[in-house]
Amino acid sequence: MMDAIAHWFKWLSNQHGINYSVFFDNYDQTLFLKGLKTTIILSLACIALSILVGLIGAWLQGSRIRAARVGTAMFVQFFRNTPPLVQLAFFYYAVSALLPTVTDSFGAQTPLINNLGWAIISFSLFAGAFNIEIFRSGIEAVPSAMTEAAESLGYTRFQIYRIVVIPIAFRICLPSLGNNLVNLVKTTTLAYAIGVPELLYASAQIWSEAMNVREMMVLLLITYVALVAILVAVMQRWEKSLRVPGYVS
Amino acid sequence: MRPVQSSSLPVLLTPNRTARDPLPSLTAIIQSRLLFVSLLGTFFISCGISAAYSAAGAQPSLSILDVLLKWAPLVFGGFLFNIAVSIASMALGTASGLLLGLGQISPSRPISKTSWFLTQFFRNSPWLVLLFFAMFLLPFDLKIGSVTVPLPAWFKAIIGLALPVMANVAEIVRGGIKSIPLSQWESAESLAFSRRQILWQIILPQAFKRMIPPWMNLYAILTMATTLISVVGIQDSMTLTKAALVAEGRLDLYLPFYMMLLLMFFAYCYPIARLTQSLESRVAVKF
Amino acid sequence: MQPLITISHVEKSFGTMPVLRDISMTIAKGECACIIGPSGSGKSTLLRCINGLVPVTSGSILVDSIEVNDPHLDKLALRRKVGIVFQQYNLFPHKTAIQNIAMAPIHVLNRPKDEAYENARRLLAKVKLSEKADAYPGELSGGQQQRVAIARSLAMNPMVMLFDEVTAALDPETKKEVLFTIRDLAAEGMTCVLVTHEMGFASEVADHVYFTDGGRIVEAGTPTEIFKAARNERTRAFLSQVL
Repeated sequence: MMDAIAHWFKWLSNQHGINYSVFFDNYDQTLFLKGLKTTIILSLACIALSILVGLIGAWLQGSRIRAARVGTAMFVQFFRNTPPLVQLAFFYYAVSALLPTVTDSFGAQTPLINNLGWAIISFSLFAGAFNIEIFRSGIEAVPSAMTEAAESLGYTRFQIYRIVVIPIAFRICLPSLGNNLVNLVKTTTLAYAIGVPELLYASAQIWSEAMNVREMMVLLLITYVALVAILVAVMQRWEKSLRVPGYVS
Repeated sequence: MRPVQSSSLPVLLTPNRTARDPLPSLTAIIQSRLLFVSLLGTFFISCGISAAYSAAGAQPSLSILDVLLKWAPLVFGGFLFNIAVSIASMALGTASGLLLGLGQISPSRPISKTSWFLTQFFRNSPWLVLLFFAMFLLPFDLKIGSVTVPLPAWFKAIIGLALPVMANVAEIVRGGIKSIPLSQWESAESLAFSRRQILWQIILPQAFKRMIPPWMNLYAILTMATTLISVVGIQDSMTLTKAALVAEGRLDLYLPFYMMLLLMFFAYCYPIARLTQSLESRVAVKF
Repeated sequence: MQPLITISHVEKSFGTMPVLRDISMTIAKGECACIIGPSGSGKSTLLRCINGLVPVTSGSILVDSIEVNDPHLDKLALRRKVGIVFQQYNLFPHKTAIQNIAMAPIHVLNRPKDEAYENARRLLAKVKLSEKADAYPGELSGGQQQRVAIARSLAMNPMVMLFDEVTAALDPETKKEVLFTIRDLAAEGMTCVLVTHEMGFASEVADHVYFTDGGRIVEAGTPTEIFKAARNERTRAFLSQVL
């Protein structure tokens, strides 16, 4: 089967000059698949971390300590209103320069955090800033009557959050969270700028050698649209599984 | 049991709330000032960190602030170029996005399906990939009859950034039109308006107000995305910052230089975000 | 009869706006008290004060020897004794009817799960909704939701139930279901405090009726005294308007 596909694409390349080398060239294929894997790892790590950042930030914004609230607001506004590419450069070139280096297994000095690590940190903070706002507005959208009812049943503040506010708020947030995570997956392409061998970077390597920019571009766009479609499908499934009959949030 | 006067008004007394202030309230302004001051503070602290860091190593010839001031005009010029690109892309993207958005609600199925597909495709593709797409796949020059118009790289970049803008504007237009209740269409139809008249004279003027805040939001996103052109080799503020750092060759300059660039964008995008927010709440109150 | 709730000289203001002024009343065990009066007279606030949801400005509220106006108030102990049902039901939308009822005993009273669910099932039967155990609030009618809300409060085994205009948002038909549920409760000897606009219901079930206006108790007495022979001009004016 795989052979047949490879064969057909080879024929397409020879006969019509439409060169999808990733389907028949072993080297290009490995490069592309490795890039895809890196993009997926990068995306998943950023999704998990950015949700964590969002939860912590939303919790800090409800804090009684003024400094915590102001600090979180500053963080959110700063990361939302500056270019993610410059943020990435800021972390990778500037912050990284301040950190000590470590000695790797070959005895050479390498930075404490590599480019993939900085990409994960940078994008997680960027998307996390949006998540904070999303979670906060979700918590605010829970009717105060709900918390009052829980309070009158004798729940503690923490229990009210855990059992009533968070489950309802989460259902309210889910659509905008999904949107933001889709944006995050698209943002991972910026890691190209600091040489993380993700999908775009791998593709650029392939097209600069095989001279098949047009074909790679189509493949790249289709791959990203497919990745986004998978994420959207997962989010929708999640939304559906959390849907409560008769309740419109 | 006798029917009781309808008294579903809440009985719990609450102090009279003043109507929502249409403009950003005083506290909001003070808070945003506070935000600005604190951010400037972090900037100088980052300069301080760098200074302390460099003091530990070799003595630099010029102080960080001096170097920063020396390069600032050049970087700022690059920043103005980013703004120019953002305005051009926004104009192009808005015009084509309006068409695409209207195409989505077209009664002709082929047109609406194609428009929908194009919108979804460009909306879900990464901006950087679309930029590459435009840079590599647009021809170097355009032949219109016998006249050959060269397509410079910066122009291709504007088109590349306009593609995702177009798709997002199309979504905003479609959403805005959809938010107008169906009864508006029906009542206009009953008054014998044509479809075109209904759209342009009744629906769009109402939808327009709701489309402004997300459109402004999109503009801010685009402005920040203009830095991507540095990745495809066009000189902008990002390229110039990098060039300046290479020219100086001092590690301690990285933090303040990138901070300066971040703050330039922040100073431009944050006011837009605040304005969008206040417009949003005003629209929410009005409808 | 010994008083279960003793309210003396309670004052409450929101900011500078007084809502309750010098309220005093006693409610005996097993008694059903109805509070009537025009909208905005502070009736709902009074109920919320008894339950500790809203702190009072001054005065004392004693519920079975717990002082509510006490900075060291054990709110949990108070709320185990006092149940409250709201006008808008306020059921948790993401939990089924039976979960809504069993939740608080499990989480707050640390009851074993099967015991809490068994009790919840019994209470659902009591409010005649056994077949709706696994329905979500959004799938129930207003009257059904309100009966689940009553069962939810009963699950905490309170000594007194507060009802805050529980039928105000319901249509006349479903109103009856809820009112019958409350009537049965009162008949069983549950101490009830109702804020209501249902004058007919109040005169039927109440032992005492309090007429409030402008944050004060204007007149109090048995249903006959209030509805048939009100002495105060304001009471008469209000009653002639609603009856």
